[in-house]
Amino acid sequence: MYKEGEVRIPSGCAISAVISRYGNKMTGEKIIESMIPMHDRSNGLGGGFAAYGIYPDHKDEYALHIFFNDKYRIEECERILKDNFEITKAEIIPTRKIPEITDEPIIMRYFVLPFASLLKSLQLDEKEFVVRVVMKINTEVNGAYVFSSGKNMGAFKAGGFPEDVGKYYKLDEYEGYAWTAHGRYPTNTPGWWGGAHPFGLLDYTIVHNGDISSYDANRRFIEMFGYKCTLQTDTEVITYIADYLVRRQGLSFEETASVIAAPFWKTIKNKPEKEREKLKYLRMVFPSLLITGPFSIILGFNGGLMALNDRLKLRSMVVGEKDDKVFIASEEAAIRTMDINAENIYSPMGGEPVIIKVKEGKY
Amino acid sequence: MITIDAKNTRFDSLNETIRNSNDDVEIVNCLGQRFIGAGLSNKSLTIKGTPGNALGAYLNGANIEIYGNVQDAVGDTMNDGEIIVHGSIGDAAGYAMRGGKIFVKGNAGYRAGIHMKAYKEKIPVLVIGGTTGSFLGEYQAGGIIIVLGIDSKKNIVGNFPCTGMHGGKMLLRSTCDKISFPKNVNTRAATKEDLDEVITYIKEFCKCFGYNESEILNEKWTLVSPDSNNPYKQMYVQN
Repeated sequence: MYKEGEVRIPSGCAISAVISRYGNKMTGEKIIESMIPMHDRSNGLGGGFAAYGIYPDHKDEYALHIFFNDKYRIEECERILKDNFEITKAEIIPTRKIPEITDEPIIMRYFVLPFASLLKSLQLDEKEFVVRVVMKINTEVNGAYVFSSGKNMGAFKAGGFPEDVGKYYKLDEYEGYAWTAHGRYPTNTPGWWGGAHPFGLLDYTIVHNGDISSYDANRRFIEMFGYKCTLQTDTEVITYIADYLVRRQGLSFEETASVIAAPFWKTIKNKPEKEREKLKYLRMVFPSLLITGPFSIILGFNGGLMALNDRLKLRSMVVGEKDDKVFIASEEAAIRTMDINAENIYSPMGGEPVIIKVKEGKY
Repeated sequence: MITIDAKNTRFDSLNETIRNSNDDVEIVNCLGQRFIGAGLSNKSLTIKGTPGNALGAYLNGANIEIYGNVQDAVGDTMNDGEIIVHGSIGDAAGYAMRGGKIFVKGNAGYRAGIHMKAYKEKIPVLVIGGTTGSFLGEYQAGGIIIVLGIDSKKNIVGNFPCTGMHGGKMLLRSTCDKISFPKNVNTRAATKEDLDEVITYIKEFCKCFGYNESEILNEKWTLVSPDSNNPYKQMYVQN
């Protein structure tokens, strides 16, 4: 098959999410259902989900989800894993065989902890260390791809329509306090399992509807900091930008939104002085991380979600709530599938982040 | 009138049932089915639930009344008829609309009335009861957009209204003090004569949603129209 760089596919997408502000657990059933009314936003070339709080028995270990093209790649990849991590559990991710999902790779799950002695000698913090190992595998082991690498969370993705992908991965048997979902309609790159959303690094995951025009400018900047964009897809670069700004630069999620969906200078000029100075500062320090072109994204992280539209709002996104739950989706119909009585339905403005955090201590 | 329960029905079979019906149609449990009533000319549709994108696209004379919110691109390129929404609407409502009327009780998303146009007796009308998102009337080439801002504490329209507007007019029920308009349009306080020209649409809006007409009229209004001396100066291209 042709991969990224060998073929360009011109073409939309569907995104959906739910989170419980009190950390109440939900199975994947509702989030899967929410993708059904948006079926026609995808074309069957990719679907996926991210789930938070699903591995309580291993919550302090990094859960690595890895695709392998064949069993020979497993050995090569496990050598790298064993050099760097204590592996507490290795297993095949359970799936349902259904006719809608074919051409499956081998899909493994490892719960791992970095060797403390290695961290000490390399003088790296745990997360940075994990990022480097993930990048190493994804760039050096041809035929192995780490697609999820956070603690107590996981991404699940495949070629196919999202509702089938959910069924395939038995997501009705997982329980999480937050879920995101994606239905893919690939625009520039071929649909294969690795290229489906969510994209994840550590516990940061992105589902994205859109087609950013600043990809190369963003990629050139972010690759200076050790990130390797292996898939030529815009969503991958957004994931790395989120990791860079939030984890490495220590920006708040609001500030991160002001970098990637920076307001126009004209809009900044009319803001109160303190806000104006801050927005100016962020635009001047991180000009290469401004993302232009249409997007609506949901960034998942341990303990919360952030939804954001491009500043011109060239893609749709709707937010609603009911009791402890907040819903986000490309279409209101998806929200009403999760709860027909959802309230306070509204569309955030372009560039206005919606940040929902689970109550401290509840996740 | 026939009633269709749209639960778990795909958009194509739902639309086919509507087209084949010789009677008016009521749809209940509507959830996300798109293109409802596309090109329809001789029926009344009543919808309960949340219809999908492009509701009433190319509508050609039919009436659609929705008890609920409506998603994106309602009335896309509609030619004739009426769409009445007892809720709010998504982005790009009335996209390239060339005739007919849309009445919305609630708010509109971004780009309401984008590239509406008019020709002789074909004058499309879009009336929004609440407020709108940014880029209201983007590239507006004709027709009438009325925004009422009823019970709203927010600005009546978002950022960058009238970008590229070069035809038609807008009546906004606000002094619009805090709103910056582009150089390609003129704004002034609306006179009684200005309001008289659109009074039938305001009356119809009040009748649809049970508002008192004199309370609606009795406010400061702003009239926006293109500056024909500088018709194409706009935010994307300076020319």
